[in-house]
Amino acid sequence: MEKDKLIIGGHEFDSRFILGSGKYSLELIKAAVENAGAQIITLALRRANSDVDNILDYIPKGVTLLPNTSGARNAEEAVRIARLSRELGCGDFVKIEIMRDSKYLLPENYETIKATEILANEGFVVMPYMYPDLNVARDLKNAGAATIMPLGAPIGTNKGIVTKEFIKILIEEIDLPIIVDAGIGKPSHACEAMEMGAAAVMANTAIATAGDIPAMAEAFRKAIEAGRTAYLSGMGRVRDRASASSPLTGFLRD
Amino acid sequence: MSEARIDHMTYLPDMENIGSDIQDRVIAAMESYDPEKYTAEDVRAALEKDVLTPEDYGALLSPAATPLMEEIAQRAQAETRKHFGSSIQLFTPLYIANYCENYCIYCGFNCHNKIHRAKLDYSEIEKEMQAISSTGLEEVLILTGESRKMSDVEYIGEACRIAKKYFKVTGLEVYPMNTDEYRYLHECGADYVTVFQETYNSDKYETLHLAGHKRIFPYRFNAQERAIRGGMRGVGFAALLGLSDFRKDAFATGIHAYLIQQKYPHADIAFSCPRLRPIINNDKINPKDVHETQLLQVMCAYRIFMPFASLTISTRECARFRDNSIKIAATKISAGVDVGIGGHGDNERKGDEQFEISDGRNVKEVYDAIKAQGLQPVMSEYIYL
Repeated sequence: MEKDKLIIGGHEFDSRFILGSGKYSLELIKAAVENAGAQIITLALRRANSDVDNILDYIPKGVTLLPNTSGARNAEEAVRIARLSRELGCGDFVKIEIMRDSKYLLPENYETIKATEILANEGFVVMPYMYPDLNVARDLKNAGAATIMPLGAPIGTNKGIVTKEFIKILIEEIDLPIIVDAGIGKPSHACEAMEMGAAAVMANTAIATAGDIPAMAEAFRKAIEAGRTAYLSGMGRVRDRASASSPLTGFLRD
Repeated sequence: MSEARIDHMTYLPDMENIGSDIQDRVIAAMESYDPEKYTAEDVRAALEKDVLTPEDYGALLSPAATPLMEEIAQRAQAETRKHFGSSIQLFTPLYIANYCENYCIYCGFNCHNKIHRAKLDYSEIEKEMQAISSTGLEEVLILTGESRKMSDVEYIGEACRIAKKYFKVTGLEVYPMNTDEYRYLHECGADYVTVFQETYNSDKYETLHLAGHKRIFPYRFNAQERAIRGGMRGVGFAALLGLSDFRKDAFATGIHAYLIQQKYPHADIAFSCPRLRPIINNDKINPKDVHETQLLQVMCAYRIFMPFASLTISTRECARFRDNSIKIAATKISAGVDVGIGGHGDNERKGDEQFEISDGRNVKEVYDAIKAQGLQPVMSEYIYL
């Protein structure tokens, strides 16, 4: 499995863990890089470029910045934030987050497609956060998205992959890296996503709120690696029901 | 007092009436809320739910909940960390004028209180903002006394334009205005609007706000809705705890925010939780029955009922309470606070303050106190769009 690289918009990554930005501390960034092996770190532009404790100063060289458009409520605002982030020297990656709901912070799929198209045309590597809907995922791909980032559960809930069946469909049908974003509350959730065939997972709250941040970061690294290895090795069949005998077709052998 | 009192429930001619039904719904909910009817069991049942109903919220504010404060605080802390991580936002208020046309008997700025009045001119505002900005802060809250004559909308707008040069986020805590005026101030750079309703009990309100535009209860009540319609990103709510039955006022504040969020799901929601403070020329004003335990109870109830809402802890409270409250429920804290007119950095004080503050720590001290608790001070949480 030497050449198992994650490829996003032509860029190669060894790590399949992306650190989210919702809750951050400088300790978290350090742990994510050193203990979880993160090579991509998201960054809420609304917090960047601060004179005091500038988060940009704490992100090591060699780590790819993934600025997000959090705070945007429609495509136009997301596009403005993305352009601003490029002007500030944050690179060409952008994670589109558009929310019109302050309570659940659920992504706005329709506006996300519009923003993806505009930004992909401007040369951004566009990684849209979305509610897992196959038709929307197809539209995002056609609009030029580099990955699809479906949510596993509402942000910050740590509930695991409650949208599992729908994410499976995206993994089956969409020929782009599917990165599970939001809802991953513990390493076993991350492992599950990777076993399903997700290309990477993104997490934040789960590590940010752990008692021992570096140890939890390491646990995530191991879980992601285990899940990825299991996926690549070809999972054995897991049966939902016992089927020791053939009660319906046994008569054929009588 | 011989001046004729105007009807506090009737809009004045220039006041925009948006015809919202939210006030009636909040008042009806508040009037049917009986804090005494809840038991400890009701409180525990509420705490076990993922998402609380208004009824559950009422239980958390009840006297039955007070003995369960540790459990409540634990749940509040879990919600705060889940939604905000370790982030604590810093900001400071900047009072640019203290002229006021209202007669609110508990407020140091009231028009009959003989204090030193002043208004900063634009170059003085700029100097104050430079001094604040040099402390590292990136969010400023602009305040005035409520005088449309002395601090008109254009004056506030110019202050917002100056603020945009020095800060990433500009909030407003000024007199309520019409939708088009909010839209103008948003275009000038303001992002969010906080209006304290003071008390949701309109009979009590009438006895405390004897004159001025503020006397008109419904115009003030609907300010947040007009601000959102005018394009503001977020709105803040508060009752001044201690003016009336604080449990009912806190209940109404939460329901008000809840209904606004339902009607305008994109709007950011914030709470403040001020208690009465002593003012110049009146040392009898005290928060009465709202002790620290009750204040924390209200804060935790806001947090658990609307876990995504920003919650500000004022310098009206002492450093010990504030530092503990950011561990539990508060997500926003002011620092380097001066509630008089002028006086930041080396600038000269021009006018008296609105109330006495309890936490006079500068930005660096508050910043270090946040860090010492393992929390992360954040200077800016928004981009002006």
